[in-house]
Amino acid sequence: MDTKYRMHLLVCGGTGCIASKSSQLIQLLKEELEANGLEKEVQVISTGCFGFCEKGPIVKVLPDNTFYTQLKPEDAKEIVAEHVIKGRYIERLLYVNPETQEIIRDAKNMGFYRKQMRIALRNCGFINPENIDEYIARNGYSAIAKCLTEMTPSEVIDEVKKSGMRGRGGGGFPTGLKWEITSKSISDQKYVVCNADEGDPGAFMDRSVLEGDPHSVIEAMAICGYCIGANKGIVYIRAEYPLAIKRLKIALQQAKEYGLLGENIFGTDFEFTIDIKYGAGAFVCGEETALIHSMEGLRGEPTIKPPFPSVSGYLTQPTNVNNVETFASIPVIILKGSEWFASIGTEYSKGTKVFALAGKINNVGLIEVPMGTTLREVIFEIGGGIKDGKKFKAVQTGGPSGGCLTEKHLDLPIDFDSLTAAGSMMGSGGMIVMDEDDCMVAMAKFYLEFTVEESCGKCAPCRIGNKRLHEMLTKLCEANGVEEDLDLLRNLSVVVKDTSLCGLGQTSPNPILSTMENFYEEYHAHVFDHKCPSGQCQSFRRYYIDAEHCIGCMVCARNCPTNAITGVKKQVHIINQLICIKCGVCMEKCKFDSIYLN
Amino acid sequence: MIPMKISETSVAKIEEICREFDNDKGELINVLHKAQNAFGYLPEEVQKVVAQNLNTSLAQVYGVVSFYSFFTMVPKGRYPINICMGTACYVRGAERVLNEFKGLLKIKVGETTKDDKFSLSSLRCVGACGLAPVVLVGEKVYGRVTLDNVQEILDEYKETVPV
Repeated sequence: MDTKYRMHLLVCGGTGCIASKSSQLIQLLKEELEANGLEKEVQVISTGCFGFCEKGPIVKVLPDNTFYTQLKPEDAKEIVAEHVIKGRYIERLLYVNPETQEIIRDAKNMGFYRKQMRIALRNCGFINPENIDEYIARNGYSAIAKCLTEMTPSEVIDEVKKSGMRGRGGGGFPTGLKWEITSKSISDQKYVVCNADEGDPGAFMDRSVLEGDPHSVIEAMAICGYCIGANKGIVYIRAEYPLAIKRLKIALQQAKEYGLLGENIFGTDFEFTIDIKYGAGAFVCGEETALIHSMEGLRGEPTIKPPFPSVSGYLTQPTNVNNVETFASIPVIILKGSEWFASIGTEYSKGTKVFALAGKINNVGLIEVPMGTTLREVIFEIGGGIKDGKKFKAVQTGGPSGGCLTEKHLDLPIDFDSLTAAGSMMGSGGMIVMDEDDCMVAMAKFYLEFTVEESCGKCAPCRIGNKRLHEMLTKLCEANGVEEDLDLLRNLSVVVKDTSLCGLGQTSPNPILSTMENFYEEYHAHVFDHKCPSGQCQSFRRYYIDAEHCIGCMVCARNCPTNAITGVKKQVHIINQLICIKCGVCMEKCKFDSIYLN
Repeated sequence: MIPMKISETSVAKIEEICREFDNDKGELINVLHKAQNAFGYLPEEVQKVVAQNLNTSLAQVYGVVSFYSFFTMVPKGRYPINICMGTACYVRGAERVLNEFKGLLKIKVGETTKDDKFSLSSLRCVGACGLAPVVLVGEKVYGRVTLDNVQEILDEYKETVPV
């Protein structure tokens, strides 16, 4: 942060907040400051994501740490007139604790931030990602300097190994070990690949890191290159993230201009360059062998491991693939030391993890907590509980490969192993919260729909098995399920899991298995009681006309799209259940509340 | 030589794109991204020229085009509508929003309206889960979309002068 300014206005410039007009807000704040002749005293900085996406756009004022939420472009005038000029807080724009109605001015005191510990996200929301000087001012590129000038590659690898860092992309493979294996592969050409193909729906930490702090990834990739003996890095990024791509390109250009990429970095003979390759919308490309094929310009189909990419990867050369969040944590480990990092977290999962909280939760956003934090703390303290005062039902972790955890798991300390033991997985860190209105059978069907669409088709269990599983779930949701379906569903799930080629198929039945385990009564109800307990599956709905209240106005009959309602004027109407498509129009249109749902 | 239905300028454009990537078939996906940007879609003729220039087979190119959901072989509307069907949007009602669009535009997912104005597709997570459910029209993001918003969004794209 430039010290020549007395005050800084940090405005979130992440994808979410830009969609809520934060760029206009930035423009107006700048104009307002200029109009008051303050542009030399107060600086407006467009930062990366603050994480508190639910309340965006957000402005944080430094040095007093005031946190304004849900701003509109027209609030710019008041912020400058009141806060900047007169030093008065604008109460109506401050955060209000939804439970106590207490107004909170300082972000530190908000439940959302209090339990967080930001390592990978350390710079997101603090620096202007398009300005390398701001990254450098926060110790940026000093980790690579330390590695190149004071440490040998094997010392750096040892440090990463001792830190206990495990890959944040989903698998949880020890990062230092991966680096060591790649470093030992003998070849003239090796590659460092950053996996930024964040395909898990509902997870957006990689996007936020690249949008908010791209230099941390660049620096870590260079460190990895130094360790394994590679001079080429490639970032494989989803084409769906235009803003992240733009900021990454700017950062690469700046790093090159500063001599932090290219030849003779820090006066040593170490050379490193980074290119970008684009994904094209295929979830399976998050799997490292599929990703490598996609980088080679081929269909993103996985191949059997071994050989692992660390032995034979991109263009058959040894390739080290790590995820964005993994890379973002590396510079801190080098600077603060492995002991410090290893002191955070649980026995086998060290450090912190970023989670994307979404779904039916009050504080949707991006959070980072020490491993071992419980689900209850995450959902109820940081996440602020369930939306609209509804009842918590389940939380889905690990995306389409993960499972649904329930109330009984709320006090589970989250780490790689505890989630797997509970029948779910860490995955990339998506957490979708569901309430009493969500049907678990429909949820499993939703995930299978995703897998069916995203299965690459190479191996039969995944290509055909998932399709059959999806058909069975559709049958259940459409009220046509029979008893045998339940056994078949479970058995086929196990077969697909055991026999698929890659991680996609090996985990795709998890949503079914975990919901069958934890919510069997819902499956049971769909088949035996012929009802959907949460009311979400439309096929189970029955609309009836209450003979006592119906005055025979014919409005419902006229509006019914399938002419399922019959009756003459001033007489009670009847719904023909065989024709009714359960659209609910009749209930909406009836002025006398005489149509009800079973 | 396969007879070309596309104009010579288009062929020249594709050749230029391929040259930019040194006619390297390893850059096929990047070439296709650029070509789709230039033409709006990737019809067979375009794929043929790409295959020739990168010295690879049409089957290879077609295999890649059909594999990745980002590539399309049918032209999109002038205002492509994308509904996010990621999990966060799904649990906040994206399916109902999608159905509303289908009903109002009278097209299915993957189709384009007769006047080539709108096309409808779903995509998986744009990473703006705080705004769920999310709809994109071109690159513009609409957040917290309700059923009532759907008509309003479409109305924003009323054209006074036919294009």
